[in-house]
Amino acid sequence: MKEGSYGVMAEFDNPTALVNATRAAREQGYRKMDAYTPFPIEELNEVLHLHRNKLPLIVLCGGLLGGLTGYLMQYFITVIYFPINVGGRPLHSWPSYIIITFELTILFGAISAVLGLLALCGLPMPYHPVFNVPRFSAATRDRFYLCIEATDPLFDAEKTSSFLSTLEAKEVSEVAH
Amino acid sequence: MADERQVIEQPEPHEIIARGYTFGTVTDQISAVVLTKRTPLFWVATFGVGFLLLQGLLVSAVLLFGLGVGVWGIRTPVMWGFAITNFVWWIGIGHAGTLISAILLLLNQKWRNSINRFAEAMTLFAVACAGLFPILHMGRPWLAYWLFPYPNSMMIEPNFRSPLVWDVFAVSTYATVSALFWFVGLIPDLGTLRDRAKNLFAKYTYGVLAMGWRGSAKHWSIYETASLLLSGLATPLVLSVHTVVSFDFTIAIVPGWHSTFFPPYFVAGAIYSGFAMVLALAIPLRAVYGLQGLITDRHLENSAKVMLATGLIVAYAYIMETFFAWYSGSPYEAQAFWNRMTGPYAYQYWFLVTCNIVSPQLLWFKKFRKTPMLLFISSIVVLVGMWLERYMIIVSSLAQDYVPSSWSLFHATRWDWATYWGTIGLFIFLFFLFVRLLPMISIFEVRTLLPQAKVGEEVKR
Repeated sequence: MKEGSYGVMAEFDNPTALVNATRAAREQGYRKMDAYTPFPIEELNEVLHLHRNKLPLIVLCGGLLGGLTGYLMQYFITVIYFPINVGGRPLHSWPSYIIITFELTILFGAISAVLGLLALCGLPMPYHPVFNVPRFSAATRDRFYLCIEATDPLFDAEKTSSFLSTLEAKEVSEVAH
Repeated sequence: MADERQVIEQPEPHEIIARGYTFGTVTDQISAVVLTKRTPLFWVATFGVGFLLLQGLLVSAVLLFGLGVGVWGIRTPVMWGFAITNFVWWIGIGHAGTLISAILLLLNQKWRNSINRFAEAMTLFAVACAGLFPILHMGRPWLAYWLFPYPNSMMIEPNFRSPLVWDVFAVSTYATVSALFWFVGLIPDLGTLRDRAKNLFAKYTYGVLAMGWRGSAKHWSIYETASLLLSGLATPLVLSVHTVVSFDFTIAIVPGWHSTFFPPYFVAGAIYSGFAMVLALAIPLRAVYGLQGLITDRHLENSAKVMLATGLIVAYAYIMETFFAWYSGSPYEAQAFWNRMTGPYAYQYWFLVTCNIVSPQLLWFKKFRKTPMLLFISSIVVLVGMWLERYMIIVSSLAQDYVPSSWSLFHATRWDWATYWGTIGLFIFLFFLFVRLLPMISIFEVRTLLPQAKVGEEVKR
């Protein structure tokens, strides 16, 4: 239909209806869609096939990088850059490096978790077409939305709208770009 | 009719929050505290007290910078005095926030959902208060950045074999990770406030902070992973922080400090005082803002139980500490404890035993745990007791160590007290700003507790 349309959005007033509708849309063959909810709904992950994401890997890399940074920094400073001979004790005193290595592992891991979260979600994103739907502000309160996007090969504004209307939706509206 | 309503409003034993809430009313009730022009008198009064105390902190800090650390009562041999006592006390208070937000999340304790937000805020502000003390105590606070290893032209670097440097890393990591965790938890609620604020300035401010959160299922999926990972990282971190704080003592050879059980003893004490602070904050707040339906008696009771359990660990530690002083056969260790119990600080010692070991035994009684007023008093008593414990460990050990000719007692000056009360003021100031400007209960996590949030059976085909 119109070039400017982002997709079609249906509103539901309870999570069960949303999950049912999403599953129905999935079974109908729609793939490019997203649900918008005021709190995380575990079942949606299953229906939308959202089981895996790269965040654990990002955090693992961040943590390893932090640990290496911590250990190598201490090694470099106490052994190479600023060695202090205390009664002939070894310069490479690894037991005393453990704590800072550990702390930097956690620090880098946590920072990469937060940056990874933002990056994978594409946030900050001040503008998004779904905000054009006037009633969408209830998505952070008590309403549940399913949006089938125009990029889906099966998308046809009229057919998709009427399909969504059959799924206990309270309201179906078009999402302008 | 009236009776019937009463029955409905009472939460059942297995329920966490009161009945009758919907997604909408939960949202409205929590966000109404923030999105209103009216400020309760309680808020203004307490914030005012905090603000006044904060001015005391500023005055004493200016005096300290101008005249040096001698304005405090720290004299040889008790060079740690109030500053480190307060540091350890504040850091400990912070621990309950991370315990509630991270460890109880991993343990799937749903009741944490309505108290985690303000407990995390408490952590953040307690760590801020704690962090001030080592810096003020340094003598030349403007050189505090020398604690970090950075490339410099002076050819000096921190000593990584010193527990004091470990502490710098532990505490700054703790502060950063707590702030990140807290902010990540806030993002969905900031979105709610953005969508509900009428005032344009508020709308834009919350909007910028929410970063365009729209509650997408794809985002929630990643978000859940992120909170789980952050909890997993914060859990060993919180246990490590007070462990490292205790290393400041145990690595030294001062009698009364040099013992291997300090780490678990300190962590238990930290959680003990932290839960006391959670209760001391939750009880007045829920009364003033009418949040008894969300922070129910069950939350208070559970917190009281954690307090009792950790209190018993602390009691065990006191007993073992004394036992080992005797069992070690070291005359210095034995003397240190004998001095604590009968010497110049005996009054404080027995007072702390009363506060930390004797009085919490009342928490065994369900009636006591069900009475918010008594719990509030009990939590204040524990906070005082835990402060005295740190005071006892630091001051009495330093005052009377190996050489009797160097013994000298500690006398706090008015500026010691002004700095201490000043950080309490800073804490109240920051905490009440938080209560006024951000949702003090995690709205989206409370929504998940409602029975409506369960997806119906017919879905699971």
